[in-house]
Amino acid sequence: MSEQTEHYVAPYDAGVSFDELPDSAPSGKFKFSFTGWLGVIVVAFWVLIALLGPFVAPYGENDLPFPDAYSEFQKPQPGAWLGTDDSDRDVLSRIMYGAGRTMGISFLATVLAYFVGVVLGIGAAVSSPKVDMVISRINDALLSLPSIMLGLVVVAAVGSSIPVLIVTAGLIYSSVIFRLSRALGMEIKVSDYVEAAQARGEGRWWIITKEIWPNARMPLITDFGLRLIYVILFISSLSFLGLGVQPPQADWGSMVRENLGALQYGESVFSVIAPALSIATLTVAINLIVDDVSAHSGGRLSNRL
Amino acid sequence: MSDKSNQNDDIVFEAIDLSINALRDDKSELPIVKGVNFKVRRGEVVALIGESGSGKTTISLSALGYCKPGLIFAGGQAKLLGHDVTKMSVNELRPLRGEKVAYLAQSAAATFNPSILINEQVTEAAVLHGSKTQQQADEKALALYKALELPDPENIGSRYPHQVSGGQLQRLMAAMALCGDPDLLVLDEPTTALDVTTQIEVLKAFKHVIKVEEAAAIYVTHDLAVVAQIADHIVVLYNGEVKEAGPTETIINSPQHPYTKRLMDAIKPLPEPGQGEQSSDKHLRTSPALEVKQVDAGYGKVRNGKAAVQVLRDINVAIERGKTVGVIGESGCGKSTLARVMAGLLPPAQGDILLDGEPLPPSVRERTTDQLRKVQFVYQMADTALNPRQRIKDIIGRPVQFYDLASGKDVRKRVDELLELVELPVQFADRYPHELSGGQKQRVSLARALAANPEVVLCDEVTSALDTIVGANVIELLKRLRRELGVSFIFISHDLSTVASFADEIVVLYAGRVAEQGPTDRVLSPPYHPYTRLLISSVPETRVGWLEESSESREAQSAVQGDVKLTEKGCPFHTRCPMAIEGTCAELDPPRRVGALGHIIECHLEFDGLS
Repeated sequence: MSEQTEHYVAPYDAGVSFDELPDSAPSGKFKFSFTGWLGVIVVAFWVLIALLGPFVAPYGENDLPFPDAYSEFQKPQPGAWLGTDDSDRDVLSRIMYGAGRTMGISFLATVLAYFVGVVLGIGAAVSSPKVDMVISRINDALLSLPSIMLGLVVVAAVGSSIPVLIVTAGLIYSSVIFRLSRALGMEIKVSDYVEAAQARGEGRWWIITKEIWPNARMPLITDFGLRLIYVILFISSLSFLGLGVQPPQADWGSMVRENLGALQYGESVFSVIAPALSIATLTVAINLIVDDVSAHSGGRLSNRL
Repeated sequence: MSDKSNQNDDIVFEAIDLSINALRDDKSELPIVKGVNFKVRRGEVVALIGESGSGKTTISLSALGYCKPGLIFAGGQAKLLGHDVTKMSVNELRPLRGEKVAYLAQSAAATFNPSILINEQVTEAAVLHGSKTQQQADEKALALYKALELPDPENIGSRYPHQVSGGQLQRLMAAMALCGDPDLLVLDEPTTALDVTTQIEVLKAFKHVIKVEEAAAIYVTHDLAVVAQIADHIVVLYNGEVKEAGPTETIINSPQHPYTKRLMDAIKPLPEPGQGEQSSDKHLRTSPALEVKQVDAGYGKVRNGKAAVQVLRDINVAIERGKTVGVIGESGCGKSTLARVMAGLLPPAQGDILLDGEPLPPSVRERTTDQLRKVQFVYQMADTALNPRQRIKDIIGRPVQFYDLASGKDVRKRVDELLELVELPVQFADRYPHELSGGQKQRVSLARALAANPEVVLCDEVTSALDTIVGANVIELLKRLRRELGVSFIFISHDLSTVASFADEIVVLYAGRVAEQGPTDRVLSPPYHPYTRLLISSVPETRVGWLEESSESREAQSAVQGDVKLTEKGCPFHTRCPMAIEGTCAELDPPRRVGALGHIIECHLEFDGLS
């Protein structure tokens, strides 16, 4: 175009009809980034170990690789690729046994937390204000207690066993899920499409399952990974304090505690570093996946949390 | 226009073959903006006009060197003061943004931080960039408040954003943008979300301040009438290409390109009597389809038949079969509240609702399925009214199923019929709402309401979120449905032109009270209620120079004086009324005067005094 003061008219085809243009591009399919793939690989690796560990481990959980020698806190060597621990056991084998236990307990506890939290949370969001008030205040009370202290008290009172650990962690974390899903439910409840369903005369069950849940699902699933990390750390912390998984059963948290002595006396610190690194790699890898998923859902999750 | 000799120094912004592409998932590129050329000179306002999807916002943002996520600069240049901003890094751009070029978004309410004083936010950018000391910035801000004709300019800066009205906040946003003395101002639909009365005041202020500050501006809008008032040049865009460009007078008075002509055709005529289509009487029955009698309604707890915040007072409306009642007023006048009362979403504090002559329970929960079926609601924002996780066939099919109008395979057949009825391709049934455009979504929303075979459809601002052409098509569709199906409509809008062409009867609401009510032609011809007169005179004409002429009328002056306030006694309009009677209007409720053909005006003045 030469001069703006001039009148410019674009050439045109006589037959063109000016149809309405779509005002938003269709959103893309979900794809992992490089870091996301890294996360998937690491998590897949640990899941595989958790499932197959007990079958492919070089030794049993409490077997000694060098029964005839003094072998506390040994360096990695043929026969014990990650060295030995405070009771002369093979660290590699114990990590492989512990993987399933740590991840299984955490996973089941998170699932329990979600089940309780989401049912009560969305339930409270659509209930009458009075019911909502009662549930929310009870939840606030639970939320106000420090989770580790509460866990310690419960475990100390009831005694530590794996089912107790799962239920305790599940209930403690359900209070956080309750908050999240209630907030989500509240937000969706006041949207026009839910009001339209109410005006149509739909029942509460339809509104929860067909209108609210499909829209709350995605952010909650994204949050699941994040919450799983917290629960892994929680279970590991309890084990570290000696109230989680009980010896001689292997679990990453308790392995760190048992082998703390290696930092002072041992020839090798692998017995402490290996389980700690296992916890770290697993949680970081889950985080990488969560990052990708929440970026896909428009980063809205981070605004809500 | 400036001298020819130094015209190159004058160019503030220039787009040269500017192309912007969207990145698809498979890394292929989709052109969004296809080689656009235009210039903005100092002291000149260039309007980018087009419908949604035309790329106008994308182009305007390129002046800031910014692309929305997923978009990339694909070619050409966007020169701001001679520098190509498309090739700059974020660090190079930072000193430019806010200092050389400033951006005004559509919604001022979303731009201001609600917990920081206005003045602090207005001056923040200039002080941060180091171009002004706090004191200099404060002085500049004060000068801008005065130039923008804001009330009480000395003290308005020490208020919080929620303490000023929407139109004032929009002007304060202009002050925020201008505080750093930018060379270029980018305005993205700054008046689209405003009421007509407020739009005038904001347009006037913008025009004045741009002149005083000698700033150059890019003005993005879809509204030709607004452009005619404020722009020197117009660039017409469609699908990322310039279709026509030239001086405002040329484009408005003699458009050449068929697309520009089509935009001009879609402009609504001014509201005058006699535009309405004669609706047929063949669907009439003895009793009105829906009637509200002496309804009072509001929000909060209801005590002794009074809500804590009383909005609607003594509303009487009857909708005959196959007819349309238009409800009009500015935001905050209770239009949507009235629709919600009728839909049963907000039980009234007092009064009755009758369906087909039978009393209707006040709340949705107490209504029978059949009563619910007969009254359907269509929302303003189709975006939020359709569940994003349901396919179109489920959205439309659910009412069919729910009200037992069909079952099994017939549901799907009925969905196809309904899609055809609202002029959408049947293939859309399997899509999700986000795969549709704004107008298409609104049609789906309408199809959902019609799926229930309703007798009354409540339309709450159904066209105000749509482009001009698209909105006009939706109105045509509504007219056809009214003719063919005998459905009655309550049509709520702040757009008097649309209502004038569609409604048989108009209810003018002000602050929850009826200001004027009656057959459309009666309401749109004298005698007027002063508020109706204000609304009519505020509708912008697509004519250069209209804004200046209208500013001189006393209605325009009164429009500036404030926003809608609910009052306990007296006439709520008295603060803005040019004819208010001292001591009477503020104290006494206005009497209801009934004229010919059921024409009602609530005013202290007689019919004679009002004409």
